[in-house]
Amino acid sequence: MTPSSPQLSAIKSALFLVCLIPAFLLWRGFELDTLGANPIETITRSLGEWTLRFLLITLTVTPLRKYTGWHWLIRLRRMLGLFTFAYGVSHLLTYVWLDQFFDWEAIARDIIKRPFITVGFAALMLMLPLAVTSSNYAIRKLGGRRWQSLHRAIYPIAILGCVHFWWLVKKDVTWPLVYTVITVALLGIRAWWREQERRKQLAGGYLPKPKFEGKVIKIFAK
Amino acid sequence: MLIRSPADILPSEITAPDVYRARRRFIAQAGGLALATALPAGHAHAALGPLVASPLSTAEGQTSRKAVTTYNNFYELGTDKSDPAENTHRLKPAPWQLRIEGLVNKPRTFGIEEILKLAPLEERIYRMRCVEGWSMVIPWVGIPLATLLKQADPQGSAKYVEFVSHYDKTTMTRGVLDWPYTEGLRLDEARHPLTLLAVGLYGDVLPVQNGAPVRLVVPWKYGFKSGKSIVAIRLLEKQPVTAWMKAGPSEYGFYSNVNPDVDHPRWSQATERRIGEFTKRKTLMYNGYADQVAAMYSGMDLRRFF
Repeated sequence: MTPSSPQLSAIKSALFLVCLIPAFLLWRGFELDTLGANPIETITRSLGEWTLRFLLITLTVTPLRKYTGWHWLIRLRRMLGLFTFAYGVSHLLTYVWLDQFFDWEAIARDIIKRPFITVGFAALMLMLPLAVTSSNYAIRKLGGRRWQSLHRAIYPIAILGCVHFWWLVKKDVTWPLVYTVITVALLGIRAWWREQERRKQLAGGYLPKPKFEGKVIKIFAK
Repeated sequence: MLIRSPADILPSEITAPDVYRARRRFIAQAGGLALATALPAGHAHAALGPLVASPLSTAEGQTSRKAVTTYNNFYELGTDKSDPAENTHRLKPAPWQLRIEGLVNKPRTFGIEEILKLAPLEERIYRMRCVEGWSMVIPWVGIPLATLLKQADPQGSAKYVEFVSHYDKTTMTRGVLDWPYTEGLRLDEARHPLTLLAVGLYGDVLPVQNGAPVRLVVPWKYGFKSGKSIVAIRLLEKQPVTAWMKAGPSEYGFYSNVNPDVDHPRWSQATERRIGEFTKRKTLMYNGYADQVAAMYSGMDLRRFF
């Protein structure tokens, strides 16, 4: 199944609104004072968790596409990636504004001295070039191959995100564990594909047909 | 023509939802706070009056009762802040017994009703600073721990006091920490006039989520030092290893005095957010109780004994 162009536009618009729901609920919770005794902590933590969730959803696109054959899914990936970045930036802003109240000295000290903040900050900084190069123009400019290898930075970013969550938790690591297992599965499946390709190459002695490469470029180029 | 047959139940006989909900809430509270039955007649509504005001109380604005009773760290009832208030059924605060044992001449077990009669109940409005960087101002009700310790007559060799919290693996959180929750103080800290054995909050019997029916309050130390729902107090010669020390020896020391200059390895302790306030405030040495307690630590390297 491949949706027609207007259908895809509708899907994209709907997805855009869906992605805004967590932010809307937080804003409403803040207005109605239903975020508990420490609303600032709730907002900061919730935005952080949504960043990680959006990141994992973004990483699910390729496996889903591969196993369902719904190649159009890739056309939703950029929006999901940009939402990951947007939630990550909001998460940082709540820390800078609501938590530390622009105490730059304290923030700088935190980034240097607190490993979990160092790691979280690094993850977001690594996301910046990916967000900047998300336009069709940037893809054309970089060329598909280079663009793709740059955007593989999302794998270490996902790992850093999990570590950030893991180190922040005082003792009950249930949720960090859940996210880590999903991350490992999503990265593991890619490692396994790569290994399959390598074996095929060794066994058959032929160059593997680039399965996606051509498509990736075509999909993004107008 | 429409002939109405009279309704089986007159509208006036139907109890309004807010009334029956209030009734149910009252019954639930009365059940949960069965401790009230142990109190003298006339106090069945779980209030603990009359209370003696204390010169040790702070005049700072008090944190709302709602925040104090819905934002709790009580891992036995769940690890999210909102869990304990939702899982109060997991702990039955009555009947309750507290034993004092170890290096004492008169080991004995107190029923909660005996503890309430040991000394006039005092209201102590204390600052409470959590190791996570937030704080509250809470009007506790209780008696000095020293009063209870005196009853058991500690031996000369006793140097430390260990506090054991209630744990029931059939209803409470498993894993996370090495249960039961234990905490400890040096004997002089335990006997300090600020150290309170709390049985109430906001003039009422202690809610389950705040450590019913009896808990410790040590206001110059991080909140986790103040064990909840205590079942045993043990006098020891050697420093006990507490539950948090076992969980993270580099992160949680035995003393855990509030100290803005010694950071937790993972976060700064220089500032705190008073619950209900927007901007953070500076954390004070010994949580603002330096005048009363600093002498106990003179000459100690507070970085080493954190």
